[in-house]
Amino acid sequence: MTTTDNASHPASLAVEEREPEERMASASRSEVAPQGQMRGEGALLAVSSLSKTFVLHLREGARLPVVSGAAFELYPGECVALGGPSGAGKSSLLKMIYGNYRVDAGAILVRDGDETVDVASAAPRRLIRLRAGTIGYVSQFLRVIPRVSALDVVAEPLVGDGVPREEATRRAADLLARLNLPERLWGLPPATFSGGEQQRVNIARGLIAFRPLLLMDEPTASLDAANRAVVIGLIEEKKRAGVGILGIFHDAEVREAVCGRVIDVTEFGRQMA
Amino acid sequence: MTTATLGGMPAITYNFAYLDEQTKRMIRRAILKAIAVPGYQVPFAAREMPMPYGWGTGGVQVTAAVLGPDDVLKVIDQGADDTTNAVAIRGFFEKTAGVATTTATTEATVIQTRHRIPETPLRDDQILVYQVPIPEPLRFLEPRETETRQMHALEEYGLMHVKLYEDIARHGHIATTYAYPVEVAGRYVMDPSPIPKFDNPKMDDCPALQLFGAGREKRIYAIPPHTRVRSLDFEDHPFEVQRFAQPCALCAARGVYLDEVILDDRGGRMFVCSDTDYCESRQAAGHRGEMAPPDAALPQPVSPRGEDATRVSDDASSDLSASARGRPAGAGAGAGTGAGTGAGGTEAGHD
Amino acid sequence: MTEQPLLIAETLGKNYGARIGCRDVALEVYPGEVLAVVGESGSGKSTLLGLLSTELEPSAGRVSYRLRDGSLRDLATLGAAERRLLMRTDWGFVRQNPADGLRMAVSAGGNVGERLMAVGRRHYGDIRTEALDWLGRVEIAADRIDDDPRSFSGGMRQRLQIARNLVTRPRLVFMDEPTGGLDVSVQARLLDLVRSLVSEMGLAVIIVTHDLAVARLLSHRMVVMRQGRVIETGLTDQVLDDPREPYTQLLVSSVLAA
Repeated sequence: MTTTDNASHPASLAVEEREPEERMASASRSEVAPQGQMRGEGALLAVSSLSKTFVLHLREGARLPVVSGAAFELYPGECVALGGPSGAGKSSLLKMIYGNYRVDAGAILVRDGDETVDVASAAPRRLIRLRAGTIGYVSQFLRVIPRVSALDVVAEPLVGDGVPREEATRRAADLLARLNLPERLWGLPPATFSGGEQQRVNIARGLIAFRPLLLMDEPTASLDAANRAVVIGLIEEKKRAGVGILGIFHDAEVREAVCGRVIDVTEFGRQMA
Repeated sequence: MTTATLGGMPAITYNFAYLDEQTKRMIRRAILKAIAVPGYQVPFAAREMPMPYGWGTGGVQVTAAVLGPDDVLKVIDQGADDTTNAVAIRGFFEKTAGVATTTATTEATVIQTRHRIPETPLRDDQILVYQVPIPEPLRFLEPRETETRQMHALEEYGLMHVKLYEDIARHGHIATTYAYPVEVAGRYVMDPSPIPKFDNPKMDDCPALQLFGAGREKRIYAIPPHTRVRSLDFEDHPFEVQRFAQPCALCAARGVYLDEVILDDRGGRMFVCSDTDYCESRQAAGHRGEMAPPDAALPQPVSPRGEDATRVSDDASSDLSASARGRPAGAGAGAGTGAGTGAGGTEAGHD
Repeated sequence: MTEQPLLIAETLGKNYGARIGCRDVALEVYPGEVLAVVGESGSGKSTLLGLLSTELEPSAGRVSYRLRDGSLRDLATLGAAERRLLMRTDWGFVRQNPADGLRMAVSAGGNVGERLMAVGRRHYGDIRTEALDWLGRVEIAADRIDDDPRSFSGGMRQRLQIARNLVTRPRLVFMDEPTGGLDVSVQARLLDLVRSLVSEMGLAVIIVTHDLAVARLLSHRMVVMRQGRVIETGLTDQVLDDPREPYTQLLVSSVLAA
């Protein structure tokens, strides 16, 4: 998928007709979605019976359960928060959906155009393709690439989509300006930036290209009020464009501003028990 | 068997042309293979010869293998018949094979050469034997013999052009002036031995058989008569031979390869034919260069052609002395600046 | 994105007498994909690279490669001429020691131009123009074109080696510890360069490295080797962030955080 113009994406038209809440009500929490088929009609993401335990071989094979029996769905145009105390497995869950952590059991079905991909069992190359066009991930920290300027870091996903470099750079500049990153920093590699500056670069990189499914891990943790407001605005735009967002938002102000519902991660463990 | 006599007593007895028959047969087999695969370096079991490596041991073995009792042998070194190397090799075969020798290109049936091809066009009843120091044209770029053999086998000659590229990059033109690589019969790239590139075109479609012998490296290769020989080049830097601004100072020949001869230590110099036989023939026919001696002072040809062919080496050194042929003493080809390298001395004449 | 693999290794093994170089390796590399082979010294990763690039002859198994005409060929059935042509046109090999991959006595321009001349290019001006373009792409100043690599720094030599390999626009490049022995800052520059060239040219790369940071930065997928076997494979970030095998966990936990 290489759609580059958010406003013109067909998904944005389809979504505005219905309120997210309505669709949410119609989608009951599923136990198991049949392989290769979305249970709720129109869901972007359907997680079912998802379990994961870390085995620490360096500590005599100690077992560290992370998630068990996780099940939920996400629809276009909605922003859903993962809730629960730290250590409940929220970040791990996001990473599993992104394919960064492997899955012991269960399914993570993601709609990719006309296809449905189970992240839990997909071949690595399928995951790469899924990430290239469908799933965006805004991590908590920027993984810095040596020598690459902030502007290029941000523009890169667009360039990967096939947008001409000049246009990609222009759009990256617009976005960094909007996030109040001082222009003198644009040409520098972000390695030496402050936490807040790095996070804004990271957000810009995560949001610049259109990805129908967006995963956000505390995108506003190190931001001041003004920049939090900018991020809220950006998330709202994504929602209007039909993007489904699943995120971890510790900041209550942000969470309440953008999230239609909260999925309590601690529930999953209890259901299994 | 020939017998050289010393004070009337039978002295040393040699097999015809020094080498034993088995060895000559082995060399002839290598030569036949070389002719069958033009430009391909055929390994052969080179023998120790009674002369040091670098003095033409490879050429001498090839000559010994092709020489018959009726052959007339000419030996040149840098184009001259009268340099030490040429005189010694000519003497060697007079002594060991008893063959007739000559300095006249037209009279010779076998010509062994170091670093030149005669100016007089060769005929199909002649064999030209080259002395080769380093037969592998890729050697200076690729030191591994296993690898260069592969490259020949697979016709991977890009590296040869790297050498020419380096020339142009450093000098603005292909500065290789001798041992200039050629492609033989559209297949093998070959080192033509350190002849000036001026002579390269003479190898192409030549009616004479051309044989190359490398004694130290134990390789023989060949260009059969009338074979296509192409000098490597670039489309935008085509192969060109040296051109000389003035004619030969002695015989006024143009379009021939000239040696620079230093006359004194005040910068005096002259350019004369590197091919001494060619130069003398022209002088004998009345051609005069600007520094040619006056007619009266011109020596008669050392001896009538034909008689000359039977001379033995002892006489040759005096009869063929440089001064006797209208050249300044000691100013033979070998005395030209750097002529020993085969090309250095010739660059002065390059425009 | 093409879904047909460019290179396929099946049950690939190499014994050095009784010692096992590598055993039972199966992997696929797709066009435009960077595959990292990681492991400690002696894990068999260099042997594997040798086998994949046909520099070593396998004791077992085979390597197949999709030629430009689309046909998949067992590399063992290619003649020497075909294989060597492949190696200097469709493949590249960037070696750890630039002296092994460059002609140290030949100018930078000649080093880059060699492959062009090897495929029959005979126009000096064109060859030089292309060499200059490539020197620029690997950030070597144009006025160094006639200098030989002996006068270059380690990083420059390595960049020159890359240019020399990429000038024929290969589809697959083998890299053996390309940043080994370089200063950290020089490494970063080289990695950045490789990264951008790989994505611009859509190169497939098989890179052997013991440096997990290099693997993370450059590769899409990763193969972890130990004692001659592949013990873990997956997406690079998956293997590094959620390693499964005890050995991989040890490897990942042994990296010093900067």
